[in-house]
Amino acid sequence: MSRPRQRVGDRIFFNITRLAGLLILLALAGVAIFLTTEGLPAFTAPSDALGGAANFATYVAPLVFGTLLAAVLALLIATPLSLGVALVISHYAPRRLATPLGYLVDLLAAVPSVVYGLWGLAFLGVRLSPLYGWLEQHLGWIPLFAGPASTTGRTILTAGIVLAIMVVPIITAITREIFVQTPTLNQEAAFALGATRWEMIRLAVLPYARSGIVSAVMLGLGRALGETMAVAMVLSASGVVSINLISNTNPSTIAANIALKFPDSTGLAVNALVASGLVLFVITFLVNFAARSIVARSERSLA
Amino acid sequence: MKRTSIRYAVAPTVAALALGLSLSACGASNEQSSSDQSNAAASAGGTLSGTLNGAGSSAQQAAQAAWTAGFQSANSGVTVNYDPSGSGAGVEQFLAGAVNFAGSDAYLDDTQLPGSKKPCNGQTAIEVPDYISPIALVYNLPGVSKLQLSPDTAAKIFSGKVTTWNDPAIKAENPGTTLPSTKITAVHRSDDSGTTKNFTDYLHQTAGSSWTDEAGETWPFKSGEGANGTSGVVQAVTSGKGSIGYADASQAGKLGVASVKVGSSYVAPTADAAAKAADVSKRVPGRATNDMALNIDRTTTESGAYPLVLVSYLIACPTYKDANTAKLVKGYLDYVVSKDGQAAAGKAAGSAPLPSSLSGSASSAVQKIAAK
Repeated sequence: MSRPRQRVGDRIFFNITRLAGLLILLALAGVAIFLTTEGLPAFTAPSDALGGAANFATYVAPLVFGTLLAAVLALLIATPLSLGVALVISHYAPRRLATPLGYLVDLLAAVPSVVYGLWGLAFLGVRLSPLYGWLEQHLGWIPLFAGPASTTGRTILTAGIVLAIMVVPIITAITREIFVQTPTLNQEAAFALGATRWEMIRLAVLPYARSGIVSAVMLGLGRALGETMAVAMVLSASGVVSINLISNTNPSTIAANIALKFPDSTGLAVNALVASGLVLFVITFLVNFAARSIVARSERSLA
Repeated sequence: MKRTSIRYAVAPTVAALALGLSLSACGASNEQSSSDQSNAAASAGGTLSGTLNGAGSSAQQAAQAAWTAGFQSANSGVTVNYDPSGSGAGVEQFLAGAVNFAGSDAYLDDTQLPGSKKPCNGQTAIEVPDYISPIALVYNLPGVSKLQLSPDTAAKIFSGKVTTWNDPAIKAENPGTTLPSTKITAVHRSDDSGTTKNFTDYLHQTAGSSWTDEAGETWPFKSGEGANGTSGVVQAVTSGKGSIGYADASQAGKLGVASVKVGSSYVAPTADAAAKAADVSKRVPGRATNDMALNIDRTTTESGAYPLVLVSYLIACPTYKDANTAKLVKGYLDYVVSKDGQAAAGKAAGSAPLPSSLSGSASSAVQKIAAK
C-alpha cells in the first residue's frame, strides 16, 4: 500500500498535538529540575534549618507519614462511596434522576479547596467533636481512638473526611463512565442466567471495570496526596507520628507544611521545604507506577 | 494504556502549577484597594508621583492598607503596592533589591544586616518601628468573663503542664472566679509567625524554668492544637470550649481576653499599655543611629505596660540610586510614622501609636533618606 498523500491540515494538526505533548513533558521536567536543584542543599542542612530535626530524613519522615495517613483515610471513605454513587447513576437510578445527580457530583469538583477548608474548619469539625468524645469514651481501647478527643474537631480524621469529599467526584466521574460502557450482552447474559441486579453487577460490571476503578482510585489518591489548602486549614498539625485519629495532636502533610511554613522561611529552610516537595513528587510518581502495573496485570489476566 | 499514563503525569504537574498560582495570588490581593483609592482622590494635589513597591509582614497588612490609602489620597500620582507575603519573604525580596522597602516583624539580624549593603549602595539599611500591636491571650470559657494569668501560669498552660481550668495555679491567680474542670486546649499558630516569636520570647524571658525554649517563629512543642494564621487561631478558640490561644488583640472579637501579670498587678492588652512597653524598651546595642532595632523589655515592671507586644519594622535604604524613588520612600515612611499615619493604623488595625520617644527619632531617621 502506498503512503497516503499528507494534506497541509493534517500536518499542522499533527504538529500542534506534538507540541502540546512536548510542552507538558517540558513543564514536568522543569518542575523536577527545580525541585532537585533547589532541594539538594537541604540534604546536608544543619538541624536548625530543619526545624530541629537531626537530618533531612527525620525531618521529612513524619510529613510523609501524615501525607499517607490522610490520603489513605480519604480513600477508605471515598472509594466505596464513589463506587456506590457511580452505580446508582449508571445502573439503579432512572435516567430522569441519574443525569442531574451526575451533574451534581461533578459540581463538587468545581468547589475551590479553600471553601472545603472553611467548611471543614467552621462547620464539620465543630459538629464532629461530640462524636470524637463518644469514640474516646467507648472505643478508647483502640489506639486509633485513644484521645484525648479534640474539642475543636480539627483532627486528621476530619481532614480525611474533607479530602474524601474532594476526591469523590473524581472517582465517581471516571468509574461511572466505565460502568456505563459494560457490554449490554454481558449484562443481559447474566440476567438470562437468573442473576439478580446485584449479582449481575458483581459478575458482569465490576470485573469489566476493574482496571478503570483502580486508575480512578489512583487519580483520586493523587489529589488527596497533593491537596494543600483544605488540609492546612482543617488540620491541627503538630508534626508528630501518631495513629491517633481524634486528638488535636496530628501529623502534618507535606503539601500543607509547605503552605504553612513557606511565607516566613528564609535560606536553607526554604530549600528544606522544596526538598520535601521533591519527596511528594517522587511519592506521587511511585503511586502512579504502582497503579499502572496493577492495571496492566489485571488487563493481562482478563485477556 | 499509553493514554492513561500521560494522564497520571499531568496530575502532579497541574497540582504544582496550581500551588504556584495560589501563592502568587495572595500577593496580588491588596493591589485593588490601592488603585481604588487613587481614583477617588484624583482631585487631591501632592508633588510626588510614581510607584512604590513593598513586601513583608502580614501583621502589618491592615495598617499598610490604611497607609497606602492615606498616602495615595494626598498624592494622587502615587501608587503604593504592599505585598503581605510574610516577614521572611519580604526581607528576602528587599535584600535582593526586588522591592523598595520591607515590613518585618523582626529586625534584621547580624547576618542579614551586612547583606543590606548590596541593595542599599554600600550602606546598611535603616529600620524604623512602624507598627506596635499588643498580642492578646484569648480564651473561650463560658461563665468566666475575667481571667488573670502570670507568665509562669501561661507558660505551664501552653506547654501542656496545666491541663484543666480548675488547676490550683490558675485558681490562685483568680480569687473569686469559679473555674470549671473543663480540659484546656491550648491553640498555637501552625504556620511560622512573628506573633509566635514574640509570644515565645515573652514566655522565655518572663516564665523562667517553666519555659526554657528560645524564642522562635516555629512553635517549639509537638503538642497542643495548631491553627493556620491569626484568623485560624481565633476560629479554633471560638469553636472549642475550654480553649485558649494567642492572637493580635484587634482580632479578639467577642472572645475573652486575659490580663497578664506585670510587676504586682495585672494589665489588659490595650493600645496604650502596648505603647508604654515599647517606650521602656532599649535599642539593640551596636547599631547605627538610624537603625532603631528594639530589644523589647519583656520583664518590665513598669505599671500599666503590657510587654506581650509585637513591634514591627519598616526596613528601607538610607540612599536610593533613583532620586524619585528616594523621594517616594521618604514621603511614604514619613507619613507612616507621623501622628496622622499612626492614627490611621490605629483606626484600621487597632495598633498602638508610636510613643513620642520613638516617633521623634523615627521621623528624623526617615528624613535622612536621600538620593545617592
